[in-house]
Amino acid sequence: MRRLARDGASRSAVWMMVGALAACAPDASGPGAGAAGSDAGGDWSAPLAADAPERFGFGSDASEERVALWDIDVKPDGEGLPPGSGSVAAGREIYELACMQCHGVTGTEGPNDRFVAAGDWDPWPPGRVFGAYWPYATTFFDYTRRAMPQATPGSLSDDDVYAITAYVLHLNGMLPEDAVLDSASLVAIEMPARDRFVPDNRTGGPEIR
Amino acid sequence: MPAGQRTKYSRRAWLAAASGTAATGLVMTRFDAIRAGAQEVAVPPVDPTKVPGRFVSEVGRRATGEQPRRLLRTLALSSSSRTPLQDLQGTITPSDLHFERHHAGIPEILAEDHELLVHGMVERPMVFRMADLRRYPQTSRICFIECSGNGGGAYNRNRMPTNISPQQLDGLLSTSEWTGVMLSTILREVGVRPGASWILAEGGDAAVMGRSVPLDKAMDDSMLAYGQNGEAIRPEQGYPVRLLLPGWEGNAQVKWLRRIEVTDRPTMTRDETSRYTDPLKDGTARQFSFVMDAKSIITFPSYPFVLPEGGWWEIEGLAWTGRGRITRVEISTDGGRSWADAALQPPILSKSTVRFRHLWNWDGRETVILSRATDETGYVQPTVQQLWDARGEGTAYHHNHQRAWKIASDGTVTFGLGDLL
Repeated sequence: MRRLARDGASRSAVWMMVGALAACAPDASGPGAGAAGSDAGGDWSAPLAADAPERFGFGSDASEERVALWDIDVKPDGEGLPPGSGSVAAGREIYELACMQCHGVTGTEGPNDRFVAAGDWDPWPPGRVFGAYWPYATTFFDYTRRAMPQATPGSLSDDDVYAITAYVLHLNGMLPEDAVLDSASLVAIEMPARDRFVPDNRTGGPEIR
Repeated sequence: MPAGQRTKYSRRAWLAAASGTAATGLVMTRFDAIRAGAQEVAVPPVDPTKVPGRFVSEVGRRATGEQPRRLLRTLALSSSSRTPLQDLQGTITPSDLHFERHHAGIPEILAEDHELLVHGMVERPMVFRMADLRRYPQTSRICFIECSGNGGGAYNRNRMPTNISPQQLDGLLSTSEWTGVMLSTILREVGVRPGASWILAEGGDAAVMGRSVPLDKAMDDSMLAYGQNGEAIRPEQGYPVRLLLPGWEGNAQVKWLRRIEVTDRPTMTRDETSRYTDPLKDGTARQFSFVMDAKSIITFPSYPFVLPEGGWWEIEGLAWTGRGRITRVEISTDGGRSWADAALQPPILSKSTVRFRHLWNWDGRETVILSRATDETGYVQPTVQQLWDARGEGTAYHHNHQRAWKIASDGTVTFGLGDLL
């Protein structure tokens, strides 16, 4: 099995390379490409004229406060994680109030996403079970904070989201009953499937991948 | 004539009454076929040359007998609806029939209130209102958008469908003329700082859905699209502005776009980790599998059409690839033993659908027909066995294998991949 480098810095380098790989993919449709000799069907190219100004000046500068209002994403290295914390015990209470009806009493029942693999779980592919498939616990925090609960998205406090994340990690046996989760301990969580994720290796051409 | 006395004819009876196309040796198309379960067509009550027609109208409408419909999965916040591929002609999808995939419903957004924030590794973090975006140099481009989950209904060896239409199987595919400003123009305005390699695109829906996209794609042919087929983009497609990534999976083309963060690494959002990743048989999961590989599907004959008789029929369908142009579509009418080139209908546009046609003299015997597309990179649309071999049978997304239809001797058409296994 191909494995990515385990340390964060090397993983970042790998993902930077993915961007470069995408640029290498055969593609005749980029700006300017294909314009010469194209058929009557017409090709498309970027419209900016050579003498276009460096800046047009349309739009307005965004203040730091404006950026902070919407810059809600959390990255695996912890960038974007807010202050605060939540305990497994607090998470259980919130879970039973806000999450259980869609995700089941123990996180295995559904009907929506399962958080915990059931006993007869087939190791691969594991479906979308959080504890078995998601590569980063920070993603769970990010998604829960922005999109859950489905009927009232964005209604949970940061402490609530830490607590729910702690409880679901506990359901997966990854945090003890008395644990309290904060930004440092969340970033330290290593999800079991993390190193299974590999960049796309399809590049066009005759090979079927 | 009073309504109660209107005579109703079935499509088939009408065809017979209309003096029989086959008897005159003409080629028959899907309009000569019968549709299983189709309702009868009402014949106009009066001679339209003897009564005045209706007046002009501010908004047009479809002909009474032509009512194609999207097919809804479920009525839920996270759901989809599919384009009726077998009912459409040419390549452009009428905007009100473009497929839908929403993760938390369709937000109500007023264009005058909408803002796009662009920040991160840029010289000048900026906010653009729609009026700002529309002032930038504009461009239009025809291209397809396909959900990478499209076609997953015909991948499981043990659950190969038979009574399934092109819409049910592959209706998460639509083609539009998109209009907007190139993302590269906006990134130039804000000034991307050295070392940046990705962007995060985020929507203003209730899921605040986000996807990471390599900066190279953002600087290449990506567009901030606010127009669709000559009018403002529809709410279902991301009004007032969406990210357009020609040739890439639909989910990454974030709708209702409200934020772009320039970064040096992917954000690892839920929809690029838990979803839209492809578990492979070697125990890995392919991530950021953006490009849609070459694919084709015969849209006629297909389920639920019925061929009323043998003779000359025009096979037609759609082919597309996210890697550029389709260069060839081949048709087999003998279950894959022999292949013949189909005609490709110009214009053959990069990263757009192309309509193919092939004349077929059906001898009335049971057979299986298939299509396979080749793109300009030399990639040939694989068989399902080839995909199983390469990725395993438990993978998800990007199911671009060859589709097949079985024509029974009585003219009924069913999905035929299972018959070839």
